[in-house]
Amino acid sequence: MIKAFYLFKKDWESELRTRYAINALAMFILVAISVILFSIGQEKISEYLTGGLLWVVIFFSAMSGLARAFVSEEERGTTITLHLIAAPSTVFSGKLIFNLILVFMMNAAISILFSLLFDAFVIKNLMLFILAFIFGNIGIAISSTIISAIIAKANTKGTLYPVLSFPILLPLILILMDLTKLAMDGESVSSSFTNIAALVCYDVIMGTASYLLFDFIWKE
Amino acid sequence: MTDYSLHLESLTKIFGRRLVFDKLTYNFLPGKVYGISGPNGSGKSTLSKIIAGIITPTTGKVLHKSNAKIVKPEELHNLIGFVSPYLVLYDEFTAHENLLHFARIRGVKLDSGREDDLLNKMGIYNRRNDLVKAYSSGMKQRLKFVFALLHNPKLLILDEPTSNLDNSGKDAVYELLKSELHDNVIIIASNEDGDLAKCNEVIYLENYKIKNGQ
Repeated sequence: MIKAFYLFKKDWESELRTRYAINALAMFILVAISVILFSIGQEKISEYLTGGLLWVVIFFSAMSGLARAFVSEEERGTTITLHLIAAPSTVFSGKLIFNLILVFMMNAAISILFSLLFDAFVIKNLMLFILAFIFGNIGIAISSTIISAIIAKANTKGTLYPVLSFPILLPLILILMDLTKLAMDGESVSSSFTNIAALVCYDVIMGTASYLLFDFIWKE
Repeated sequence: MTDYSLHLESLTKIFGRRLVFDKLTYNFLPGKVYGISGPNGSGKSTLSKIIAGIITPTTGKVLHKSNAKIVKPEELHNLIGFVSPYLVLYDEFTAHENLLHFARIRGVKLDSGREDDLLNKMGIYNRRNDLVKAYSSGMKQRLKFVFALLHNPKLLILDEPTSNLDNSGKDAVYELLKSELHDNVIIIASNEDGDLAKCNEVIYLENYKIKNGQ
């Protein structure tokens, strides 16, 4: 695990110098939220719609930023270097930590901007929303990392990421939208247990499948 | 004598529908420098990458043995040093930062004495704190040797090791080969006469097979 942490540290320091993903993410978030604000204008929108829009923005932001984990290594030609210094499990864990940090920062920024800019975005049960936020972010980070590894070697990376991520992330986004709606209604955590359990199951299944698959993806 | 040896067992590699080589079998013994030669497209680089565990063969096996035990694939990276023109280090870091990150990710402490010694031998010690993006292609190639040797690998794979190097760089590489051979295995994939002259045995790849061992 310590090796994976150092791989993450290398990526983080590299990101701070190159701003490969952070700038792209920040610009995407600003543009997406601005477009929504302009398109709404003076219209009154329902609180459920703002909850849905939140996860739509998060879904597309994940596409623009999180795919960089392996794509940036492939584009710079450093994939072979990684092969020569770390075991596949270390590489995947290091990239996953990097995407986890990025997705938590990104989604926290989007959520704060939503609560500041949309009057209708009111969460009545904050604890339920935080639970959905935490497990949802873990799921998005795991899925984005393995999809990034798959598309890194393809010629059409830009188009392949949305195509692959749509069926993989759709069940997660649907559960998250549902949980956000319940949090807006002020439902208790115990009454939303089924959705939270489904979220945790998604994370566990995606995490296990990704670790098992990564060896094969990484070698060829 | 070292406890490391390398065995290729009936290796075949096919890219799409193109056969690169077919059923290669060879044993590499410790304390020797091996050359891999052959015309362009004969599979020298592909064979180097397969031996290093970067890509997998279509069929056949590469067995790395240490202490008479087969090395597990997940432990292979600490046993191998690799240099090639297509190996790229991180441009946004200095040479020292690159080496520090690599040592930490490998899970070993950076040996500063060895780092300085290798940087000195390769003639880039004074530029160790410059960003790699400011290096010339020859200096980058010299740094790759430090990267490949810093963790004292048992197997050193050099794919076109003297490309981009001037005469002093080539001399530095040949001196390094002498001092680092010990009981290790060194494999040089090249068509350069100067490189192959340093080898104890040369494998010639042609028409998908090992043509001869010299």
